[in-house]
Amino acid sequence: MRRKLAPYLLVMPGGLWLAIFFVIPMIAMVSVSMETGSLETGFQQTFSVHHYLDMINTYHPQLLRSLKYGLCTTVITILLAYPMAYWIAFRGGRHKSTYLFLILLPFFVTFVIRTISWQFLLADDGIVLGHLKDWHLVSKNFHVLATPYAVIGGLVYNFLPFMVLPIYVALERIDKVLLEASADLYANKAATFRKVVLPLSLPGVFAGVILTFVPAAADYVNAQILGGSGQVMIGNVIETLYISNSQYPQASALSSILLAALLLGIFVYARVLGTRDVLDANAG
Amino acid sequence: MRGALSNGLLGRLYTWLVIAWLSLPILVMIVFGFNDTKGKFNFVWQGWTLRWYRDLFAIPDLTTALRNSLTIALIVTLAAAVMGTMIGYAMGKYSFRGRGVLNLILFANVAAPEIAMGTGLLSLFLTLGIPRGYWTVVIAHIMFDIVYVAITVQARMSAYDRSLEEAAHDLGAGAFTTFRLVTLPVLLPGVIAGSLLAFALSIDDFIITEFNAGTMQTFPLWVYGSSRVGTPPQVNVMGTLVFAFGVVLVLANTYWLRRTRKQAQAVAALPI
Repeated sequence: MRRKLAPYLLVMPGGLWLAIFFVIPMIAMVSVSMETGSLETGFQQTFSVHHYLDMINTYHPQLLRSLKYGLCTTVITILLAYPMAYWIAFRGGRHKSTYLFLILLPFFVTFVIRTISWQFLLADDGIVLGHLKDWHLVSKNFHVLATPYAVIGGLVYNFLPFMVLPIYVALERIDKVLLEASADLYANKAATFRKVVLPLSLPGVFAGVILTFVPAAADYVNAQILGGSGQVMIGNVIETLYISNSQYPQASALSSILLAALLLGIFVYARVLGTRDVLDANAG
Repeated sequence: MRGALSNGLLGRLYTWLVIAWLSLPILVMIVFGFNDTKGKFNFVWQGWTLRWYRDLFAIPDLTTALRNSLTIALIVTLAAAVMGTMIGYAMGKYSFRGRGVLNLILFANVAAPEIAMGTGLLSLFLTLGIPRGYWTVVIAHIMFDIVYVAITVQARMSAYDRSLEEAAHDLGAGAFTTFRLVTLPVLLPGVIAGSLLAFALSIDDFIITEFNAGTMQTFPLWVYGSSRVGTPPQVNVMGTLVFAFGVVLVLANTYWLRRTRKQAQAVAALPI
């Protein structure tokens, strides 16, 4: 009897904490999104869905932009991270953990400061563009800040380690005997990569995509610091509605829409890739 | 060219290039903490100074914000380490009804966007009429940190041999003694790694914190606010110190792990 109770007693404090402060808040968010009213008149629960329609009507450009930026960020991070993870896993030798440590270095600096550092580096007359302009290598009104490139660049920078690590772990796990077997069966290097290495590393890519796409699409710090009025993302809208305007129902509706869109994206992506890989990635 | 490729020289060059790119903003942060800037903006290099290290605490609001961040991270790490370790240990050792649901919640917590967790929690506090401030941020950080400790400890449990506990039990050790002398030493590297991660995530968190802090300021919140009007060099210095502290802590932990592993290998090699 005591044995059977043990796991429940162990899990209870943390499980309750997660139930009250993670699961219930999601329900609370949907509940608030169906309320009507304002900060002055007070909010009443009316089970109305009209905020959802209003929000989609008003803010679908920002929502689509966020998904687009998230997608661009994810594709670029895969292209940047894969060769690096591959090289460290297969050629890193004794210094594998040192390379991983160096890749994780940015995490020791506050996310906001990292992004402000890029704002500083990319400033119109800053240490990079200022010199390029002095040397007449770029035109006087060339700028990077307040363009989609700056925002996507910032997102790629901030989330790249989340892509490198899972891909590295998946590659590192591959039994090197498989590569030899493939070579013994007369597969050349390209064929071995395509038929052996790539399929086995896909769970890592899958984990990396989730860890990158979701926070990138929902981010508003990079758009706020590196972007301009043309790069407003859905997170910026939610932040303004919730914190500056106190339009809680509208903001909750928008936040729910974003969550639903991302969940749907992950679900479709998981179905396309096959459920087994999802579970593998989850277990790993 | 082919020779360079097969030697992995190109791969090495590429890897170091990306690492350099990743380090560039860090370098900027550190160097401009020594900039002898005169005006309000810390944009142009004006010579070396240690002034900002001396006047580190000259901005009272910034100092309060940093102190809030540090104390919150400390409280959160302790709470999350205890509750997260319990979950990770139970998930690694037992199979029980509800384990699948718990696993799903852990996965959802990692996968969910921060902004949804932040607005959700704020919705709950608004509905219940709880004022936002220091303790609501503590609650929020514990919520996401429990998960990271649990996952780290659970991963460590897969390397855990359950027959060790049975052996201890057969040798007459009670449940508590077994846990203290057998289980905990095996789990400890996982608990420490999870706690370091929890501390780092708490001190760095911006999005969930912004939604649940009310008027209370943490270090990232203050810096974000200042980015519109120009960040003072003290921010660079504090960022540098936090960075150095984190790096030293992780290196010390790695060194300690290597030493204990070597000792274990030495013991295992003894001809008994």
